[in-house]
Amino acid sequence: MPLTLSIVTAQRTVLERGDVTKLVVPASEGQITLLPSHAALMTALGSGEMLATVPGGVESIAIHGGFLQIVDDQVSVLADAAEHVAAIDLERAEAARARAEARLTGRDPNIVPGGLDVLRAQSALQRSMTRINIVRRRRSPTGVPSSRA
Amino acid sequence: MPGGGSVRAIRDRIKSVRSTAKVTRAMELVAASKMRRAQDRALASRPYAERMTAVLSQLAAYTAGGDGGALHPLLEQRAVQKMSYIHITSDRGLAGGLNANMNRAGATLVLRHQPNVSAITVIPVGRKGRDFFARSGMPLAAEFTELGDFPDFEKVRPIAQIVMDDFLSGAVDQVSIGYQRFVNAAVQRPTTRQILPIVPPEAADGAAASSVDFIFEPSPERLLQTLLPRYVEMQVYAAILEARASEQSARMVAMRQATDAANEMVGALTLAYNKARQESITGELLDIVGGVAALEAK
Repeated sequence: MPLTLSIVTAQRTVLERGDVTKLVVPASEGQITLLPSHAALMTALGSGEMLATVPGGVESIAIHGGFLQIVDDQVSVLADAAEHVAAIDLERAEAARARAEARLTGRDPNIVPGGLDVLRAQSALQRSMTRINIVRRRRSPTGVPSSRA
Repeated sequence: MPGGGSVRAIRDRIKSVRSTAKVTRAMELVAASKMRRAQDRALASRPYAERMTAVLSQLAAYTAGGDGGALHPLLEQRAVQKMSYIHITSDRGLAGGLNANMNRAGATLVLRHQPNVSAITVIPVGRKGRDFFARSGMPLAAEFTELGDFPDFEKVRPIAQIVMDDFLSGAVDQVSIGYQRFVNAAVQRPTTRQILPIVPPEAADGAAASSVDFIFEPSPERLLQTLLPRYVEMQVYAAILEARASEQSARMVAMRQATDAANEMVGALTLAYNKARQESITGELLDIVGGVAALEAK
């Protein structure tokens, strides 16, 4: 029996599928793989790519923190932010990355070292890097073709 | 010519009422479409809220037994000395009694708690509530206005962050939130509820949930640490989404009533206009008839 997967954020349902045969998850303690009949598990999520193997391919979703629960082959992902690879805006991600890097290298005079803004910039940087890496990997000529090519 | 002036005055009045009706009609349509979108957003956030609540109740069942505060500071029940109240209203008016009702509910909550606590601060979200509490001289801990008709989660997080920081630092012992709950397009209900300390939701299927043997990664306590702040943020976000849907529906209804009233007034004025016009024609005819009679009499 395949896994039922639903990825939700506070704003929307990102993905809902009932035919996932394998799920690779960026958990907070490292990458884990979930197969059908997995033991009941609750785990925090890190930032990275989630890969759901479905008939005819692999769904790639960028996950930025959150929580995962699996019970009786029902997988609930409560993500802080998540988007399907096809929905990632590469230009926006590049811009966000440049912005975050500018902040962290001290070119922004409003940033106090070690303050909350640094943490925010660091997490923004990580989010943008995750997005960019996933897009590079998935939309390369050999990977999943871009939906907006 | 007697009556001519009043005929023109009435005609001008009709024109102006008609154009008012056009404006209110347009505002009604805009509010109707915004209401749909606001409702969609509220619905779209529901799966997250439901799953979060389910997960939290299961996690709570696991870690229950001890004192909540020992488990996580956001669960700690303290004697309430100081409290904080997040008051959600709209930025703009023309929404019937929506904001007045909400302000009354907010004031009621403040007055009810005031004798029992040493301090109560208000965090208004929305201009109408901000103005109301500022006028009444309440201390405002922070204020949030111009969040827009469709604020996203990131815009709402700082509100939750402020009250969590205050709660964790001991600056407040309890936090409530008040908003207009969206019952349906015609009914909104002012609702207030406590969001801090967090009272973990009861598991819907209590016994069954806690009997599942979970693996926790890393530990249940660490998981609570990541989940509980999200839970507070989600409650604030959900309250604001509902308040926005309520705002648009209240405005839609208010504008429909205004349009109806204007159209009724146009009807009444048209009647008055026709009467006045008839009178002035009759008057002119009488003048002419009188003039002819006078000529013939000669």
